[in-house]
Order: sequence, then structure tokens, then C-alpha cells
Amino acid sequence: MSAVKQEANWIEVGQVEDVPRLGARVIKTDDGNIGLFRTAEDEIFALRDECPHKKGPLSQGIVHGKKVTCPLHNWNIQLDSGEAVAPDEGCTASFPIKIEGTTIYIAI
Amino acid sequence: MAEKLVVIGNGMAGIRTVEELLKIDPLVFDITVFGAEPYGNYNRIMLSPVLTGEKEFEEIVTHNDQWYVDNAVSLYKGKEIIEIDRVNRKVIASDGTQAEYDRLLIATGSNPFVIPVPGNDLEGVVTFRDMHDVNTMMDVAKTQKHAVVIGGGLLGLEAANGLMQQGMSVTVVHLMETLMERQLDEAAANMLRTSLEERGLNFLMAAQTEAIIGKDRVEKVRFKDGTEIYADLVVMAVGIRPNMELAKKAGIHCERGIVVSDTLQTFDPRVYAVGECVQHRGMTYGLVAPLFEMAKVCANHLAKHGIGRYEGSVTSTKLKVTGIDLFSAGDFVGDETTDELVFQDKASGVYRKLVVKDNKIQGAVMYGDTIDGTWYFDLLRDETDISDMRKNILFGQAHLGDSGHGEENRIAAMSDSAEICGCNGVCKGDIVKAINDKKLYTLEDVRAHTKASSSCGSCTGLVEAILATTVGGDYSTAPHLKPMCGCTEMTHDEVRAAITNKELKTVRDVMTGLEWKTPDGCAKCRTSLNYYVVCAWPKEGLDDYQSRFINERVHANIQKDGTYSVIPRMWGGGTSPKELRAIADVAEEYGVETVHVTGGQRIGLYGLKKEDLPTIWKKFSDAGMVSGHAYGKALRTVKTCVGKEWCRFGTQDSTHLGVELEKMTWGSWTPHKFKMAASGCPRNCAEATIKDFGVVCVDSGYELHVGGNGGVKVRATDFLCNVKTEDEVLEYAAAFMQLYRQEAHYLERTAPWLERVGLTYVKEQIVENEEYRKELAELFRESQKYMQDDPWAERANGTDKHEFEPIATITIGKTTATA
Repeated sequence: MSAVKQEANWIEVGQVEDVPRLGARVIKTDDGNIGLFRTAEDEIFALRDECPHKKGPLSQGIVHGKKVTCPLHNWNIQLDSGEAVAPDEGCTASFPIKIEGTTIYIAI
Repeated sequence: MAEKLVVIGNGMAGIRTVEELLKIDPLVFDITVFGAEPYGNYNRIMLSPVLTGEKEFEEIVTHNDQWYVDNAVSLYKGKEIIEIDRVNRKVIASDGTQAEYDRLLIATGSNPFVIPVPGNDLEGVVTFRDMHDVNTMMDVAKTQKHAVVIGGGLLGLEAANGLMQQGMSVTVVHLMETLMERQLDEAAANMLRTSLEERGLNFLMAAQTEAIIGKDRVEKVRFKDGTEIYADLVVMAVGIRPNMELAKKAGIHCERGIVVSDTLQTFDPRVYAVGECVQHRGMTYGLVAPLFEMAKVCANHLAKHGIGRYEGSVTSTKLKVTGIDLFSAGDFVGDETTDELVFQDKASGVYRKLVVKDNKIQGAVMYGDTIDGTWYFDLLRDETDISDMRKNILFGQAHLGDSGHGEENRIAAMSDSAEICGCNGVCKGDIVKAINDKKLYTLEDVRAHTKASSSCGSCTGLVEAILATTVGGDYSTAPHLKPMCGCTEMTHDEVRAAITNKELKTVRDVMTGLEWKTPDGCAKCRTSLNYYVVCAWPKEGLDDYQSRFINERVHANIQKDGTYSVIPRMWGGGTSPKELRAIADVAEEYGVETVHVTGGQRIGLYGLKKEDLPTIWKKFSDAGMVSGHAYGKALRTVKTCVGKEWCRFGTQDSTHLGVELEKMTWGSWTPHKFKMAASGCPRNCAEATIKDFGVVCVDSGYELHVGGNGGVKVRATDFLCNVKTEDEVLEYAAAFMQLYRQEAHYLERTAPWLERVGLTYVKEQIVENEEYRKELAELFRESQKYMQDDPWAERANGTDKHEFEPIATITIGKTTATA
């Protein structure tokens, strides 16, 4: 197991303008993909790119409000928490994001 | 500070309005509810199953005390309002409690009618209206034997059935010759009576009650003709009257009910009224569906979203007696201007009657097998012209080419383990349980919670029928005009009209211009809106990339594991060694596991990685191939046979015609996928008669067929017309596609669209009106000028590059940005 660091390890992943508004990009990791989402208000969120339902790639879904609709079976997932919108139940991991200037950092 | 809303009446109408209001905006009002009964809100239409013992009272409570607390609604239970002081804008309860209001909602419901005969106030004489009545009946049933129910209508029969289940010997007394005369014709009423008699009910028809006799409590009932029968319990179920005393006393204009406008306001615009207490456009209602429709409009108006109007309801009825399927709607009697279509099979216990005027359904009565009730009801409310299906309509929707559910028609007889929704594996028992446990009322609710009928939709009728039998019979299904989705109150047609009339040319403009309730819409409406914009404004409308489903964004089909499939276009199903070689090269180079020949005569490659797509397309582009649009709501394929070029039976050059059709139509976006075929002779090897547009070549020219599809509901095409030349085929095809593009709702295939508008209508536009046909064809060709750029070639050259590349690649502790 790797040592746990006290402060979050922020990793630079790109610029806000690299992510389309009401869209998403993919961050590839050696531990599976992460979806990086941008809302109409330019908020950025990061979720594991797997729907809690049948692992559909959320990054390929349609973004609206602070939600994304999974492309496989239309579950709606909250971008801030990774929770499925009721009545569906389930949760996918979310990752902290910080933006300095226009640069996006993620903590994994 | 929030305005104060006071609701008089803690019943279904009042609370439904409150619920709708909370959904729109929980903060507009401080809400106070007064209820005369000592309970939270319960589902009054479910009192029958409580009386039969099929349900407990707790099961029909829809809003318990906690609900009011959670939603910050103040509830005064057991406090009857006795005065409305409109000058000082406050209400006063019998115990002196007062509450001020800015807006007042009267939802006092109705009172049961008590017939004015001597003895009607004796102990043991009850009505059937609330939980108190049910408790009284159940208490009497424990010790006494003889029950008399006065009234052979819906409510009376349900009460009689309930009391019989409680072990009493029950006689139903009815003033008229036949039961439920307001809902059933004589034939259906007699079948019902026979069936109820077999179950043990007794009937006294055409009997007028003269007096109820007894010392301390009821002992006998005497009739006009002098006969008497024993009775330990008398239930009066002869009708209801709007409860408007309170409103009347406050000087609010009342006639047969509290008179309201289309926005559910009384003559005092601060005072609203909904439910059974109102009179709207001269009508009063005693069923639950209209009351829900009223609640929605009223809540909208209270929240100052004043776009909705209540325009009255057409209602349908079902009887909640377990094991008896009965349905009635509209004017089922008819007159000298109407026709009757009747199907009767007494031995099987099936009866259906439709009353038709000018080829439109006016009313329906069904007994025994009622699965098609919701369908007839839709046709009635939509005023659909049924001339095209008149010959088969009595046999039900299944006989119009819907192969969906065969003989599974009798909901009541189906076991809990019967699978209803084949897509999502949902059984009848699951649906019934969800409806009961989660208090679901609408088809949309059932879909959200169970997923039943949420995929292909072919079992919608069954799910609606289960909802109707479970929730309570008189609940009608969906609202007459369905909003596009939860983001708006507007229908598909209204939105489309606005896009054209108000010149809305982007999805954002539509949502802003039409006051969308959500900031960015949802996956459902955004895709629809984008299609409507692109269809209405092919040249200058903005095709919004982020409002397209992933497949249409990346021009490939997403598969269940997140990989993609790619299917290049092969014009008319023809290919060449060069094209096949290119496909084989790609398959080898990218390790394609599955190469598959599709149903539309194309070759599909499966399991491709998204990031490889642009380079794959480059290879296809170099070989002269373009996107096959197998991923889109678009022209898919034109399937052909080899026609007279090779076949000894061929009558025309179907292959050439197929290629011409495909060259003309490829790249066009349509409401749903659109498939064509051209067969060289009536042997029809290209299966043209199950396509959206099919051509069957004959010696004299070409037969044109429309509105067919395979898939979920197999539907053979309808014959449109014969034409002589290839050019005419192309013109008709373009015109038909354009009409479909302009008028069908998004995600509606040609088959349901055609059934909705009728073949006659389509013929009028395309066959009979030459000028309009040419205009439509021209519109289509104009639109195609902007659509026939190969999306694959564009992306091979760098369009939307970001879509196919990760923004970053991270390994533990280090990062490589690639954007």
C-alpha cells in the first residue's frame, strides 16, 4: 500500500476551456477512466467514469444542470456527489477538483 | 415574506394541488391545510378494497403526519372550517381557530346524497364516502346478517361487493331497470348482473324505496309496491353532490357546484377551488382523473406560471370489483347520427361496443376483456379518424399488427409472476407491489420506479391497465395532452410550432424563449429540441453538439462495454472488392472481434476503441466510403434485391432505384430511424413491406408502401399509391420523409405516427395534393444541401478532435497532459 499523504496531492489535468461546456472529457488512469464534466456555469466535476447501474461511461452522457444522463440506460447521476437521482439508487466515486486561474487540478 | 395559502379540505384534490405547487416552488407560499376528518390524506377511491378486506386503512394513507412536517405544511386535522371572511381574508374553524390567507383554495369535495324518505336517520343507515362509513359498515358486518344497498351504480356495487366479502347477505336495490346505467348499456349491464349474481349478490330492480323502518335502528326497507325486506344495515349510494355550502355562505357564486374559470379561480380571484366541489364549463366531476388535471393547472396558476388552462376532462370508468373487468368512457349510448360497432361473445364473457360518429369514437363500453380500453380512450380523446382501422378496431390494437403480447389480455387473471416488460424483466407482481408500496398514481411514476415500459414501450397498455386495476378503477391514465418532459408544460407540437413561428434557431433560444423550468433541460428534451431546430432551420439553425446523444456526437454506436461499432454505407446494399478490402484491413489492423452482416445489408465492425475512430474513418474515406448513419435517428439503409438486372422474375431495376433513393436521402436527420427498401417484383425479397418507405416494383411501375417496421411491434406497411417512373418514386419518397420529419414527434417512428394521424391524412397531403407534394419534396431537397457532408471524413480531418482524445493520462504520482 502506498503511504498516505497528509495534504491532497493535486494533479494538473488541463484547462477549463479544454472541456466543452455541458460536456465532458476523459482522464485516463492506470486505475480506470475518470470523467471530467463542465456545467453551463463553468463548474468542473470529476466522477469515476462508470455508472453505478451497469458501468456505462458517464463521460459520454448528456450534461444538464448538475447532472449527467448515462448513455446506456438513462440513469441520472449527480455530478457533485456521484449519487444516482431517485428513484434509482447507487453511487459512483467523485474526486475533488480545484481550479487555479483556468487550470484544473484533481486529487485522487 | 412568502404569501399565505390556506387550503380547505385535506383530501385528494387539495393535497394534490399542494404537491404540484411544492414541485414547482416550495417557497412561494406558507401553506396551511384544514381537514374535517381526523386523518392525514388518504386515497378515497381505495375505500372499496378496504371494505372487502383486501387492504388495510394504513395502506391507503397517501400522506401521513410526517409528510406535512417534512414539507413545512401546517395541518389542522379534525377542524372543520365554518366561515370564510373574504373582507378580512381569513377562515374560521368550528373550534374558533382562525387563519389568514393571501390565496384560498377550496377543496371541500362532495357529500353523498341521502334520499328523503322517512327513517333515513335511523341507526344503521350509512353512506359510502369516508373511512368513518367504512368502519361503521365493518362493525355492523361483524354481528349482523342482512345488508341493503340502495343504488346500483359504481359506488353501490362496490359497497355491495365489499359487504358480501365481509360475510353479509346483500341485496342491491336500484331505481332503474339496469345496473350502472350511466356507464353501461343494457347488454354489458346484464352481463355484469349475471356475473355478480353468480357471486351471490341479490338484486331488486326498478324498485323505489318508500321508507326505512325500525325502532331504534333499521329493521326493514319498504318499497312503493308495498313489499318489505329485512335490513340490519342500509347503505345509501345513490350519488354525490358538490359540497359548496361554505362557499355559498361566503357569497361566492355557485350553481350546481362552485363555479370556476379555466384557471380554477372562483368569482373572487383570490379564491380557487378544485375537485368534486367545483362546476367548470357547466360540468361537475366525481372521478379522480379530472381532479388531478385541475390540481396541476391550479398549482401552476398559484405559482404564477399561468400558462396552463383546464379545458375540461373526458372521463372513463372501471369497476373495482376483483375479477370483473369493465370499462366505459364517453357517450356510449349514441343517437340516430352515430354508428355502433359491437363485438359480443357471451359464452366467453366478452362484450365490446364502440359508438362512432363521423369516423371518430364517441364512447366505449367493454366487459370481460378491457385491455384495449386505454387505447380506445386515447383514440376518443385525440379524436383520431378511425376510418383506416374501422374493419379491425373491435379486435383491439393487437390486431393492427402489434405482435407484442398475444393473448395476454386479461390483467385480472394474470399471475403475479407473469412478465409484463420483456425489456427490463418486470413482472406483474413487481408493478403491483411498487404501486402499493410507493403510492404511485401515474404511468410516469410506475416507469420511474419499476422501469416497466420505459424501454421499447410495447407493454405500455398492459402497465396502464395494471395501474388502473391496482390504483383504483376510475383513475384514467395519462393526461390528454402530454408535456414533452418534466422541463416544460408544452407538448411536442406546441414546441415545434413555436420554433417555427418565433424563429428559435438554437436549443438555448428555445429553452429561454419558452420558459423552460430547468436550466439546461434534460437528456430527453434537449435531443428532441435539437432535432426540431435542425429540421425547421436546416440552413441557419445551430446543430447543438452537446444536445445530441453520444452516438450522433461521435458518429458510431456505443456498445454495452463502452466500445463502439462502425458500419460504413453501402449504397443500396451493393459493395465492391475495394470496399471489402478496406473493411477487412481495418478489421485486422484494429483487432476487430466481431464482423457482422446487419439486417440492412451492411457490414458492421464491433468492439472498436473510441480514440481509434478518426483513423479508421480516414481509411474508409480513402476507399471512397462514407458514414452509414447506423447510429442515428436518420436515414439508415435502403435494402434492395438484384431486380431485373439479374433476376428472372424482376420487373424493374430495383437496385438502381435503391441506390438513387439512398443517394437522395442519406445524411438526413429524422424523428426516429428511417429505413427503406426496393424489391424488384411482388415476391418482395427486400422485405419492402416492413419498412418506413418501401417500393415494390411491378410490371406497370412501382407500388409505394409506407409506415412499416420490424422490431418491437411488427407492422406491415400501408399501401400509399402506384406510380409509373423512378422520378416519381423519388419525389414521393422525399415528400413522405419531409412530412414525417415535420410532423412526427421526436422518437416516434413512422408506424405510430401514421396510426396517430391516419393513412387518409397522409394520402391527402402526398397523393391527392400534387402541389403540396412537390413543395414537401423541394423542402426536403433544400434541407439535404446542408446535410450531405460526410461526418466521418470531417472527423478524419480533425473535427471535434477533443471528443476522441483524453484530456490527460495519469499514472500514480505523475501526469502527462495531452490536450
